[in-house]
Amino acid sequence: MMTAPADQTAPLLEIEDLSVAFRTERGLVRAVDGANLTLRAGETLALVGESGSGKSVTALSILGLLGDNARVERGRILFEGEDLLRLDRRALRGIRGHRISMIFQEPMSSLNPVLTIGRQVAEPIRLHQGRSWPEALDQAAELLARVAIPDPRERLAQYPHHFSGGMRQRVMIAMALACQPRLIIADEPTTALDVTVQAQILELLKTLTRETGAALLLITHDLGVVARYAERVAVMYAGRIVESASARALYGTPRHPYTEGLMASVPSLTGEPRARLLTISGQPPDLADLPPGCAFAPRCPHVHELCRGTVPALQPATGTSDRDHRSACHGYP
Amino acid sequence: MTDAAIPAAGAAGLPRSVHDNRFLAFNRRLIREKPLGAVGGAVFLLFLLAGALADVIAPFGLNETDMLRRLEAPNLAHWFGTDHLGRDVFSRILMGAQLSMIVGLAAAGLATVVSIVLGVLSGYLGGRIDMLIQRFVDAWMTFPDLVLLIVVVSIVGPGVPQIVLILGLLYGIAGSRIVRGAVISVRENMYTHAAQSMGATTWHILRRHILPNIMPVVIVLFTTRIGAVILAEAGLSFLGLGVPPPAPTWGGMLSDSGRSYLYLAPWLALAPGLCLTAVVYAINVYGDALRDLLDPRMRGSR
Repeated sequence: MMTAPADQTAPLLEIEDLSVAFRTERGLVRAVDGANLTLRAGETLALVGESGSGKSVTALSILGLLGDNARVERGRILFEGEDLLRLDRRALRGIRGHRISMIFQEPMSSLNPVLTIGRQVAEPIRLHQGRSWPEALDQAAELLARVAIPDPRERLAQYPHHFSGGMRQRVMIAMALACQPRLIIADEPTTALDVTVQAQILELLKTLTRETGAALLLITHDLGVVARYAERVAVMYAGRIVESASARALYGTPRHPYTEGLMASVPSLTGEPRARLLTISGQPPDLADLPPGCAFAPRCPHVHELCRGTVPALQPATGTSDRDHRSACHGYP
Repeated sequence: MTDAAIPAAGAAGLPRSVHDNRFLAFNRRLIREKPLGAVGGAVFLLFLLAGALADVIAPFGLNETDMLRRLEAPNLAHWFGTDHLGRDVFSRILMGAQLSMIVGLAAAGLATVVSIVLGVLSGYLGGRIDMLIQRFVDAWMTFPDLVLLIVVVSIVGPGVPQIVLILGLLYGIAGSRIVRGAVISVRENMYTHAAQSMGATTWHILRRHILPNIMPVVIVLFTTRIGAVILAEAGLSFLGLGVPPPAPTWGGMLSDSGRSYLYLAPWLALAPGLCLTAVVYAINVYGDALRDLLDPRMRGSR
């Protein structure tokens, strides 16, 4: 596994105190609440959490792709020193797909069914690099070859329905790589795929980001994926980052009860046969009606009085191998 | 962006001949998979040709009367018989086809353009614009078509341009609902989000992703509108509000000589009536067949 560039390099992406709220019929729902994230060039950061924990909203807000009913309440998203939240639509379009690109969860519907694969892969190249069609198509063929699609020349002329789910996700990766972005955001890129294909796709993403030096923000709910492909991990719960650390430190010495619970609920092949699978008791909280203190308190096995009243801050954790290990828990000072 | 000159298929890098034969290949598929639709298309094409060449192929003059041969039953000289003024019904049917086709294609074309503009604005932009447009469409649709037509025609007077404009707006505004629905379902597809995430402009997304994907809906809308507009024009002419006589409209022929001599000379009503039915039915089955074939998800493997 590649080691991250030295710590002194300036962060590629820095999310500071980001809060995003949605107007809904039930009132204002804060999907992301004061999230902080740092991603260095070439690094792979996994953003882990349950459905509704705010990980996808965080990702979408980086590219300004939130819907009309969403509003960024506060915070900054610094990309190469530039606050993306302050850019106008035009400037943002220049960054999308060019310096930051995104891979979505649904490879089956992420491609336009009436356009050939060639047109769709060549599109960002033409859009951002001003190439002619033949040049862009040549480049598209090279890209397809890089994502290990056989006969790329012939495949360019085909339509999405000629491709399987895994192959389509490869096409999406090719599109994402087209302009050699500095950052790739992959929002649960393998959730919709067969298990056997999942590993191939992640392996491919990992190899290609390493080759191109792009940073990868990998959004997932699968801790097994995190362990194998990410250098750093941030765990999200109810819109807040509750723990962030290197993957090694997070697995070795988790410093938040939610992380511990997540890891305990991963089925193990080596554990005792027929052992009951552990689960985290209770339900994820209702974002429209969060408890006043720590959002995890109602489900936490180690809860005490302080947790129910005050939201714990994300602060350096002790007893860990990683100096940047942070956790937001009153119980793990 | 400046890529308008790129032919739709040229980007695929296929040899040129493949594209040149696309039209032929499509028609072969139409005949093989949708024989009824193919027949419909052929019948419509026949009427279109008849209309286009009416001046050339009509055996008699439009208003050439022969009082000695009034109300003749169909025979070799007069294929569809003659009317109460001794005019050749076949010739008048041909000229009527020309009028029907002009009104049908022009008004349906206008209606489709209006539907696309309103539907795309409303469906893609959403929000306040959507609200405004939809309330306008709601209000518009509370007027009964016929009443609106009668009122407008009695103000501006009958004539082909007026009829095209009125029918085009009438059906266009109502049809915008259908386009709006299609746009909304396409807009929510992941690929429009993906295109946005790749830095595509709104215009680009509309042109590349929205429009091509609503084409099946638009094509069916256009074809069924041709039928509806032809019928509506016939209805107006029947009421005397369409193209004024002596222009030979099918609706006018039905009400004028057709109704008066229904028992004495039924061919006077049968000829325009059957033509109307045939054209409208033909264009509708053709439209349905096109819709089924044009949907790429239904395209068989190559």
